[in-house]
Formats: sequence, C-alpha cells, structure tokens
Amino acid sequence: MLYHRLPAIGIFVGGLIVWEGVVRAFDIKGFILPAPTAIAATFSAETADLLTAGAGTFSTALAGLLLGGALAVLMALAAARWRFVRDGALPFAIAANSTPIIVLAPIANSWFGLRSPFASIFVVAILVFFPVMINLVRGLLSVEASEVELMESYAAGRLTTLWKLQLPNATPYLFSALKVAAALSLIGAIVKEFFGGSQDRLGQYITTKAGLLQFEEAWAAIVLASIFGIVLYNVVVLIERRVIPWHVSVRNV
Amino acid sequence: MSALSLSGVGKVFNPGSDQEVRAVHGIDLEVGRGEFVSVIGPSGCGKSTLLRLIGDLTPPSAGTVSVNGKTPARARLDRDYGMVFQSATLLDWRKVAANVELPLEIMGMGEAERSRQAAAMLDLVQLGRFAGHYPWQLSGGMQQRVAIARALAFKPSILLMDEPFGALDEMTRERMQAELLRIRAETGTTVVFVTHSIPEAVFLSTRVVIMSSRPGTITEVVDIDLPEPRSYETREDRRFFDLLTKVREGLRAVEAS
Repeated sequence: MLYHRLPAIGIFVGGLIVWEGVVRAFDIKGFILPAPTAIAATFSAETADLLTAGAGTFSTALAGLLLGGALAVLMALAAARWRFVRDGALPFAIAANSTPIIVLAPIANSWFGLRSPFASIFVVAILVFFPVMINLVRGLLSVEASEVELMESYAAGRLTTLWKLQLPNATPYLFSALKVAAALSLIGAIVKEFFGGSQDRLGQYITTKAGLLQFEEAWAAIVLASIFGIVLYNVVVLIERRVIPWHVSVRNV
Repeated sequence: MSALSLSGVGKVFNPGSDQEVRAVHGIDLEVGRGEFVSVIGPSGCGKSTLLRLIGDLTPPSAGTVSVNGKTPARARLDRDYGMVFQSATLLDWRKVAANVELPLEIMGMGEAERSRQAAAMLDLVQLGRFAGHYPWQLSGGMQQRVAIARALAFKPSILLMDEPFGALDEMTRERMQAELLRIRAETGTTVVFVTHSIPEAVFLSTRVVIMSSRPGTITEVVDIDLPEPRSYETREDRRFFDLLTKVREGLRAVEAS
C-alpha cells in the first residue's frame, strides 16, 4: 500500500521543495507567490480565524451538497419512473447542466440577503443538482433488456424493478456524480462568498486579505479550502467502497 | 391438460411499415406435462420469438397461447415460468445466494425460508460452496448454473431456456446438459429449450421441433425415443446417431427450401 503511494508523496514533497527553492532563489515577492514555509507559518498563526471561516464555508457547502443531492435523487427517481417527467424535465436539466450556473451567485445574495446562509446553500444545491440528477437518470435507465425481462418473468411490479434492479444498477453512476459534486459544492460555496456575505467565511476571507495585500493569509485559506475539498472527495470514495464493493471500479483496488 | 398449447400463433414486428418482419407464423404445438421440447432452426427463424411469446414477454399478433390452461399473462403473474437466457443475467451487486433468492424475495417469501431454498437450489447445481461469491468471481459455466438454480428456485412448472449453453465450451456444455437432465428428473419440470446445436437437442429432448425461417414455421417434429436416463453412453448409441441424422436432414430440407 505505502509502496504505491511513494511516487505521489515524492512528487508532493519535491514540488514543495522546488517551490520554496524558486521563491528564495529568485527572491519572488510574497504578493506574487509566497513560499510554502511562509504560508505554513501564517497558517499556524491564523489557525483560529482560518478554522472558523473554513468551518462556516464547509458546513454550507455540505448542507448544499446534501440538499441538492437529495433533491436530485428524488427527481431522478421520478424521471425514471414516469416517462412524462423524463420527457419534460430532462432536456432542461441537460441544458441547465451546460450553463455556468455559478453566475447565479450574486443574484442569490439579493434573493436571500447577504448574510443569509441560505444564499450559499441555494447556490451549492442548484450547482450539484443537475450533474447528480442527469447521471442518476442515466444509471437508472441503462439496464440490460434481458434484466428487465427477467424481472418481468417474475411478475415484478415497476416499483420492485426500480428498487431491486434499476437503483442498484445506478449506484456507480451516482457515486461518479457525487465525486464531481463534492468538488463543485466547495467551488459553489466559495465563489458565492466572493460576492459578499459573512466576513467569517473562506471566500470573504480570501478577497479581504488579498485586498489588504496579505497574500500569505489568502494562500493559507486556499490551502485550507483544498484540504476540505480533498477530505470531502475521499469521504465520498470511502462510502462508495462500502456501498458498491461489487463494482469494477472498486473491486480491483 | 397439456402444459403448453399453441394454435395458429403468429408474430409480426412493425406491421404495416417497410420494416415489417413476419417472425413466426401459424405455429401449432402441444407440449405435455414433464416433456422436454427443443426448438431448433436456422438463425433468425423466430425460435427466440416463439419462446418470448410463450413467456408473455411479447404478445402474439395472431392465434392463441395457453399455458396450464391459462393465458400467458396470467401464467406469468402466477409465476409459472422460469427463464434462462443465453447470458446468465446475474445481478452484479448480489452475491450468488442473493441472486438465487431474487425471485423468492420478489414473491415475498420470508428471509429464513428464502435462504434455505437458495441453499438447496445451489446444492442442486453443485455450487453450494460458492454462495458467498460475487458473479464475476465465477466462470461462465458456473454463472449459467446459478441462473438455472435461480430459475428453479420458485419451482416454476415450465422452464423456458433460450440457448442457455450457447456460450460454453463443448465439455462444459455436455456436463451442463447432463446436469440439466438430472435436475429435470428430480423436479419433473416441463422444459422448452431453444438451441442451434443438433446433438444438444437430440440428447436432451423428448421431442425436437424443427423450424424454417421467414416466416418461422414448424416444418417437422421428431420424436426422440432414446432410453432414459440418458448418460454419456447415450451419445454413443446407434439410435442417437440415427436421430442426429434425422434432425440434420430435417434442417437441410429447411435450408434448401
């Protein structure tokens, strides 16, 4: 296990050393690119503020992810069950999924109020809704004709077929979508915060510190946001391994 | 009352369009209880369509199908059919035992009884040791045996099999045929078996139905009067070869016409 991680660890540590070396050798100014050691020092000095901001942003991202994900699952089930829902909703979902939904961020502020957490949750939820729904519908519908006939030969009803055949078949699709959605949720939350909101949020923290030319602080916040993103992604992966141990993507790991 | 009774059964796909296909036409067939009837014919002769008509997976365009004196739809709802397809069609996310339990679960059988029944069925196909494996951990032949165990789990009165051993190598295939006959002797199930292998049809059946193509009609029915139980010796029996020749000639007549 560790053996296979060595190359990645090597690149990570090597990258930091090169970064530090380049910053020192060429005397690159902090407002262009601070050295890793400077960012780390700022991180430990500002830990309390950073964690407060991070926790606020992370929890709204998570709330949005759960809300958007849950609504997407309900909508996908309805679309798989009723053809008219599918025919009516799917073209718009696919269209919406091709638009930069994040542009709604400043508008959400005027809808919910600058300080309302619902503005962030709304942006994140709508951002994750479409990819999760579209992927799940695809998974629910991509069952083999012979599998459907097998269920028919057992005189299984539509709901039974949905529950015992289509839904398990769709779980790998769901997890692929959730991995994308995990990253999207943090992007959505932070970008929304760029456009205003509570000061104790990562997005506001980064814009404020950058505005004050305190780039080490801004970078420390960026590092924290990255850590949150990686953690969230890996949580999804861990759940995935528990839920679909039978799938090709998981069983060889 | 026969297990299956077909009279004047026909099926036309896409009627009236330029893609109209007369898949089967004017099929009359009686299958008695406990009979093993194989349907053989050239590719595209409507063998599978015939099976799907019997199993109520597609409605006939003409004629009537009667299963245990009922309509196919009623028979399907009564779970009279066990179906085995060319591919095992096991559900990837279910372990072997859970795959066998699937129809029992759908029928609302209790958990304890279900797992007892699945275990018994897996013993029947000699896969008891593999109950906890996932399908992908099994060979093609073993997967097909699981599919047979699953089809038999709810004790259907009729087993509909569509080239179930088509993807297997010759030796595995012969072993599976012997096993199918043993299982049938134990359960007394009526079997309708679609195949394109002449030796397979002759070895397994009490009757072989020969079909021609476009439209698929029955051209000949060959009674297989080989002694039972059948074994490896059966395949070396003089009568076995005579019947092979008879079926082959029936098929050649179809191809020539």
